[in-house]
Amino acid sequence: MAKKSSYISNRETAKITRRNRQITRRLEKERKRKNVPESVYKTKMKDNNNVVEFDNVCSYFFTDIGVVKAVDGISFEVPKCSTVGIVGESGCGKSVTSLSLMQLLQRPSGQTVGGEIRLNIDGDGDAINIVKTPTSVMQNIRGNKMSMIFQEPMTSLNPVFRIGEQVNEVIKLHNPEMSKEDIKSRTLEMLELVGIANKEGVYEMFPHELSGGMRQRVMIAIALACRPSLIIADEPTTALDVTIQAQILDLLKGLKEKVNSSIMLITHDLGVVANMADYVVVMYAGRVIEKGTTRDIFSNPCHPYTIGLMKSKPVVGKKVDELYNIPGSVPNPVNMPDYCYFRDRCEYTCDKCRNKEAGFGNYPPEIKISDTHVVSCYRFYDEGQVMGYPNPVNVEDL
Amino acid sequence: MANENTNINTNADTETLSEDVLVVRDLKKYFPTAKNFFGKPLGFVKAVDGVSFTIKRGTTMGLVGESGCGKSTTGRTLLRLQEKTSGEVLFNGIDIFELKKEELRKLRPKIQIVFQDPFSSLSPRIPVGEIIGEAVREHGIVPPEEYDDYITRIMKACGLQEYHKDRYPHEFSGGQRQRICIARALALNPEFIVCDEPVSALDVSIQAQIINLLKELQEQFGLTYLFISHDLSVVEHISDTVGVMYLGNMVEYAETGELYANPLHPYTKALFSAIPIPDPDAQMNRIILEGSIPSPANPPSGCKFHTRCSECMEMCKYCQPEYREITPGHFTACHLFNTPEMNAKFEAESKAAADKEKADEKDKVGR
Repeated sequence: MAKKSSYISNRETAKITRRNRQITRRLEKERKRKNVPESVYKTKMKDNNNVVEFDNVCSYFFTDIGVVKAVDGISFEVPKCSTVGIVGESGCGKSVTSLSLMQLLQRPSGQTVGGEIRLNIDGDGDAINIVKTPTSVMQNIRGNKMSMIFQEPMTSLNPVFRIGEQVNEVIKLHNPEMSKEDIKSRTLEMLELVGIANKEGVYEMFPHELSGGMRQRVMIAIALACRPSLIIADEPTTALDVTIQAQILDLLKGLKEKVNSSIMLITHDLGVVANMADYVVVMYAGRVIEKGTTRDIFSNPCHPYTIGLMKSKPVVGKKVDELYNIPGSVPNPVNMPDYCYFRDRCEYTCDKCRNKEAGFGNYPPEIKISDTHVVSCYRFYDEGQVMGYPNPVNVEDL
Repeated sequence: MANENTNINTNADTETLSEDVLVVRDLKKYFPTAKNFFGKPLGFVKAVDGVSFTIKRGTTMGLVGESGCGKSTTGRTLLRLQEKTSGEVLFNGIDIFELKKEELRKLRPKIQIVFQDPFSSLSPRIPVGEIIGEAVREHGIVPPEEYDDYITRIMKACGLQEYHKDRYPHEFSGGQRQRICIARALALNPEFIVCDEPVSALDVSIQAQIINLLKELQEQFGLTYLFISHDLSVVEHISDTVGVMYLGNMVEYAETGELYANPLHPYTKALFSAIPIPDPDAQMNRIILEGSIPSPANPPSGCKFHTRCSECMEMCKYCQPEYREITPGHFTACHLFNTPEMNAKFEAESKAAADKEKADEKDKVGR
């Protein structure tokens, strides 16, 4: 058998590990600093109508086989009171994006090494840069200004505490001045808001007494408890049945109007995105390849990957003989090519994708093809307006 | 690929066999919940409670429903991976549950299963060639000298390369692992494969590859599938007939086109309306079901769906609807489609039951 290309000798592994430890130790030290001056992490929003702005964010994992660039220079915005859907296959960096925003990456190996994530905190344009924010400040923001709904309602609730206590905890933590009775009434209000009819009963229950859909409702209640301006829903319905999924999506849709917050919806189901989202961001191998309004993406998909993704999903009522499948697989995340990541699987490759002499052939820039629609593909190089190339952090410089 | 593999299927006498590969009649599977001191069960979870269907040779039957409705239990019980409670399963006219151990062993290669999770259904310590080939050798499917060639051929048919033989499952991605699982089932030259949610754990683009592969293999080898899934769009794509299950019962069964165009049972309607359509302009007339699926340990009386049904009538609460053919080939179990005579009968019955319940209550209060 031929020597595998991914094979790494012990000596090399040791070398990589040593180097990783150096980098992560320094980054950790910086994060753990005490008495960080506010000027380090306070910034201004570019546009005050956005809740969050991602600007060239890079989140890397320092593993023993090399640096995995899970999120590599992504930029997009979440406008106020809107839903942004992030779509992509597993391993494309959807979840890492949301975890970077919450500063919940598995440290020390996972680190956000570059870029800015600006979170609008008061609506006057004052923002904080999550990437530079120390953990102590982060604790006041998580669950308060933004909160997260996780994929598995079965495992994200603590089995040994009653539902009421778990919702109370969030409110108590962020509002220490509230009395016990106030907290309880707020909790009951939240449980009612998410459509739990028997709120007094559920308050006293343990998570195992509830079904999957009810547990997800409780998770949503916890997320909403402090009226955050942003809710991150990381595959909120993947573990649920179709009928329960419809209930939960309906609930989320209604809540958005009631509590006036934005939703960042992470999913791999195009159907869910089409129904829920106002804007869609399509990710592939750690980069944003296409973004725009839902109508832009669904009626006029431009990137070959988006087109392939739409064609490969069977749709009820549309009969096809054979489903389209995207040939090949995602490139190795440790060793990404220097050209378009999708080139080897692409059916639409053009001259510019390969032509190194003419100054092309690198990773394609973001190209604006309409006011709202941006795509990273050389096919639109001449038509659209070039916005700029992704600017990843060089690992050697860290 | 196609010509090379035509001789794998040695069922030369398929024409002489009947058209129905699998006939399931009133299959029941109860799991005991608690046992008393002497080991006598106190209660049962009625996972499968009287399911009947027939699968024709070379076709695919889809089985859909929410989790916990007994889809997978049906699939496993009809392969006799667990013993039934009652009913019968005829495979090519032979009752699977009547067979002795040795006879069943001989039949096993003909009935195979592909499991949901390709990550836990492959042994991490055995190389892929051996995973696929182990049962082939045990059952003596091919003479020993042809063994290597045979495995290579099977692997190629499933889109795997020959050099994958010496690799271990952890070196493969989810889609490729599912290919290995399919190759393992296919290597035994089966007639009937139960696909228990084979694509649920996979990404959309990989799903398409596996579904195409399954369809291709079906044409090549004349396989018959029972395709269990909760993804209605996938089921529509791959199946010829579809059965919808709810709480251990089959509530509707028809040909795919007929069922999707004209669903009769309220549950089927709700299920179809809940599918998210990837089109932002699509008009959604969602029927959103209230609550969640009741516990199968303590199912509601009468029609099991009446607690969530929008068209619930008085008789639904007391009388179980009859599972019958409404139009040719379209079966459903719902009181909405009763004939007048049946209506009269059920109404009388439900009235009697309601009266009895009231009397019981009075009795209790009186005491």
